[in-house]
Amino acid sequence: MQFPGRQRRLIANPKTELYVHFLQFYGQPPLENISLTEFETFAVDRLKLLKTVENLGVCQVKGSEPYKVKLDKEFSNLNFPNKPDVKEEDKDGPNEYEKRRKDHISHFILRLAYCQTEDLRRWFIQQEVDLFRHRFNRLSPGQKSSFLQHNNLHYETVGLEEKMALSEKLIQSSYAVSGCKVENQDYYKVPFQDALDLVRNRKAYLKAGYVYIPQQDIVITVLNDFRTQLSKALALTARSLPTVLSDERLQPLLSHLSHAYVGQDYSIQKNMGKISLEQIDPLSGKSFPLCMRGLHQALRENHHLRHGGRMQYGLFLKGIGLTLEQALQFWRSEFTKGKVDMDKFDKQYAYSIRHNFGKEGKRTDYTPYSCLKVILSNAPSQGDHHGCPFRHSDAELLKQKLQSYKVSPSGIAQILELVKGMHYQLACQKYFELTHNIEDSGFSLNHPNQYFLESQRVLGGGGKEAKAEPPQRAPDVAAKPPLEPPALAEMAEDLDAYFQDG
Amino acid sequence: MTSADYEPASLPDLLPLYYRRLFPFSQYYRWLNYGGVQKNYFQHREFSFTLKDDIYVRYQSFNTQNELEKEMQKMNPYKIDVGAVYSHRPNQHNTVKSGTFQALEKELVFDIDMTDYDDVRSCCSAADICPKCWTLMTIAIRILDRALREDFGFRHLLWVYSGRRGVHCWVCDEAARKLSVAARSAIAEYLSLVKGGDETVRKVVLSDPIHPSIRDALKVVEHYFPQYALHDQAVLGLKESVDKVLALVPEDILYDGTDSREPLLKDLHTYFESEKNPEKRWDRLRGCATTKQGTLKKGQHFEKEIMLQYCYPRLDVNVSKGVNHLLKSPFSVHPKTGRISVPIDLRQLDKFDPFDVPTISLICAELDRPRVGEEEEQVPKEKDSDIDAAERRRIRDYKRTSLAKYVKVLDQFLDGVALSNRGELLKKSDLQKDF
Repeated sequence: MQFPGRQRRLIANPKTELYVHFLQFYGQPPLENISLTEFETFAVDRLKLLKTVENLGVCQVKGSEPYKVKLDKEFSNLNFPNKPDVKEEDKDGPNEYEKRRKDHISHFILRLAYCQTEDLRRWFIQQEVDLFRHRFNRLSPGQKSSFLQHNNLHYETVGLEEKMALSEKLIQSSYAVSGCKVENQDYYKVPFQDALDLVRNRKAYLKAGYVYIPQQDIVITVLNDFRTQLSKALALTARSLPTVLSDERLQPLLSHLSHAYVGQDYSIQKNMGKISLEQIDPLSGKSFPLCMRGLHQALRENHHLRHGGRMQYGLFLKGIGLTLEQALQFWRSEFTKGKVDMDKFDKQYAYSIRHNFGKEGKRTDYTPYSCLKVILSNAPSQGDHHGCPFRHSDAELLKQKLQSYKVSPSGIAQILELVKGMHYQLACQKYFELTHNIEDSGFSLNHPNQYFLESQRVLGGGGKEAKAEPPQRAPDVAAKPPLEPPALAEMAEDLDAYFQDG
Repeated sequence: MTSADYEPASLPDLLPLYYRRLFPFSQYYRWLNYGGVQKNYFQHREFSFTLKDDIYVRYQSFNTQNELEKEMQKMNPYKIDVGAVYSHRPNQHNTVKSGTFQALEKELVFDIDMTDYDDVRSCCSAADICPKCWTLMTIAIRILDRALREDFGFRHLLWVYSGRRGVHCWVCDEAARKLSVAARSAIAEYLSLVKGGDETVRKVVLSDPIHPSIRDALKVVEHYFPQYALHDQAVLGLKESVDKVLALVPEDILYDGTDSREPLLKDLHTYFESEKNPEKRWDRLRGCATTKQGTLKKGQHFEKEIMLQYCYPRLDVNVSKGVNHLLKSPFSVHPKTGRISVPIDLRQLDKFDPFDVPTISLICAELDRPRVGEEEEQVPKEKDSDIDAAERRRIRDYKRTSLAKYVKVLDQFLDGVALSNRGELLKKSDLQKDF
């Protein structure tokens, strides 16, 4: 399909021309200047939108009523265009135009962040395709035709004569198509390579290499086009990325975006102060995920942890409820058993612990690392104990570690199989199931503190108010946007601190 | 001379003879070169050889027909597989920067294997075949050939007997060779209907509306069903077989003796107790199905599903999906049976008999037959080089054997490909106004 460049014409109202429909193919990148703030805000908002798309896609049937309603709500919350039928007067008004502009720009920013690896690309394409499908399906048949025409998608229409000659076959090929429907709706003829989903499932009539698609089903072909175009565009983007990343203002944001965990951040400590230091040892064996258990063990053995380990483990402990005072006591008592004396500890390490709790410098209260962050960023090197053992440990070593933790041989085999398939979080989930002796963990793991809370829930322990945070994939996830506006500024500041820290 | 004369132990002696005097190298090269339209198409093609003692070598490639001949005559492979056309010469793949050596094109292929039908054939199992079950291959070829030509628009299909228990299809159209993995997989899924392994009883599920391609397939199946299933396989004869069929009939048809709306419709189970004639039993079963269809209840197409489960082609999707998948080459020998993998002439499909396919021992023996009434080969008047002489002699040689008619099938196939190539080139030059 052709996506010819849009001609720059002088028109009375350039705004109308640019965003005629509330959705688009993103064929042309935005050509204006925007502020850094807008850059960040737009990007983060779209990321939240895509995360919602992902979550809803997991727990609802795509296209069902609840799915549509929840997604539309998120559109409104985040100021993205969600109504194809905006009244004529309103369409040119600032609101709708602003929304469509935001949609346009944010898409292209996220392309920069998500083009770098196969995994990121795949995720991004999947969510954008789902998003596109949702919006396309909101168009009326007339609007669909108008949209396709506007984008120069001229799927070959089947002439009336041919259509009537094939009418019996056409009726036999599509569910809910009767004789008069064949006559009354347009049929398109598309080379079969462009409509593979319809071919695969025998959902349309096929003749001489062409698929005959009724107008009602054209969305599948359009989606395929969208997907292919986006995939190619991302590959191209990846190639020009080094130039973009050389801009220092953008690099940290883009890097953070692709690692961003937009959701439960476990910085709201409902259980603050409910853990005592004596409990940490037993808890590490029972309720800590493998990464934290390992870090704790390394700390106890060596009376030391390097920076990466201190950050990952320290923030985790904060997340499970340690107060600043407890943290200081914990780290000091351990480090001073080693080569560090009291003085040195206070000088070199206490400061950064206080920094983690937002008591120093920029006063940002750091959020504990999500699984994605642990897996993707800051790979451990010699002497480090941080990272994700399922990702970063050698299979043999992982096996030994699991054996020492008394995991059954068959369980270990299952875990190793998942690791081989690069399903690190699933491997950790399997570890959870094996160590808690349950069949199904019942949650989708994406944060070490989530692991801890779920574990406490299963074991029936925890503090007085140990109400576990709802797991990320619960149906009411869209009810309360996880990051309130103030947290936005926090994330932006996080960036600088993250950049400093690294 | 029967195939019983073939013994695997004689292969080391027969193969050199076969490759020196019988293997149709020039047709083979003509095929894989595809008219020389694309540069290096033959040179970048991967072959793999299985040698004596099961030594397997991949990434073989050759610059010319002559090189191919010499190598094969030197190695005397027990088996030859054909792979994809790569981005570089396969035999140099180790020198290529990692990640850049890629499979680019290959024919779209299908592999139908008789063992996949073991649950529905009573005459043989595993590697055995007999005339009674060979009909399954005939049906498969008819259905797939029609679908690939009429539905997908492919024109150059080479059907080949695998040498033991199945058939292969090589779709050689240019468009087919350029298909992506996703497209190949989609085509294979489109053509698949029988799903499920040992744990699945009902392997075919039809829902309304029935797609035109399935209707076409049903026409073919219905044509062969009475002779093949009712008679040869006796699916409604022996109790064990009957039970298997009845397991696919919806419960309410089987045991519904209490339906007062249909007083004439004794339940099928009871009917079968008194009526032993398979044709009558089948008619009754169909009758029940027709009645049920009127009611639009679930499972209404069960008689069609039964026929399809017993007859519809079962193909291995994985063979068709991969661009780099290696498949047994036409005119390769099957080491266990000695039979040559020969092309099948679709115009004579119903007469094709796998047991009539020549074995390597047969054709080698035929070479020694005294020449009786043999046509003189038109001797080309060009220079009398060694190659030409060997070539000419080889042409005379295979023509004296039972292999001749099969090479002819390949020739005719290649003529077809060449004709459409020429048509394409003409069209292209017309478009470019290049006279």
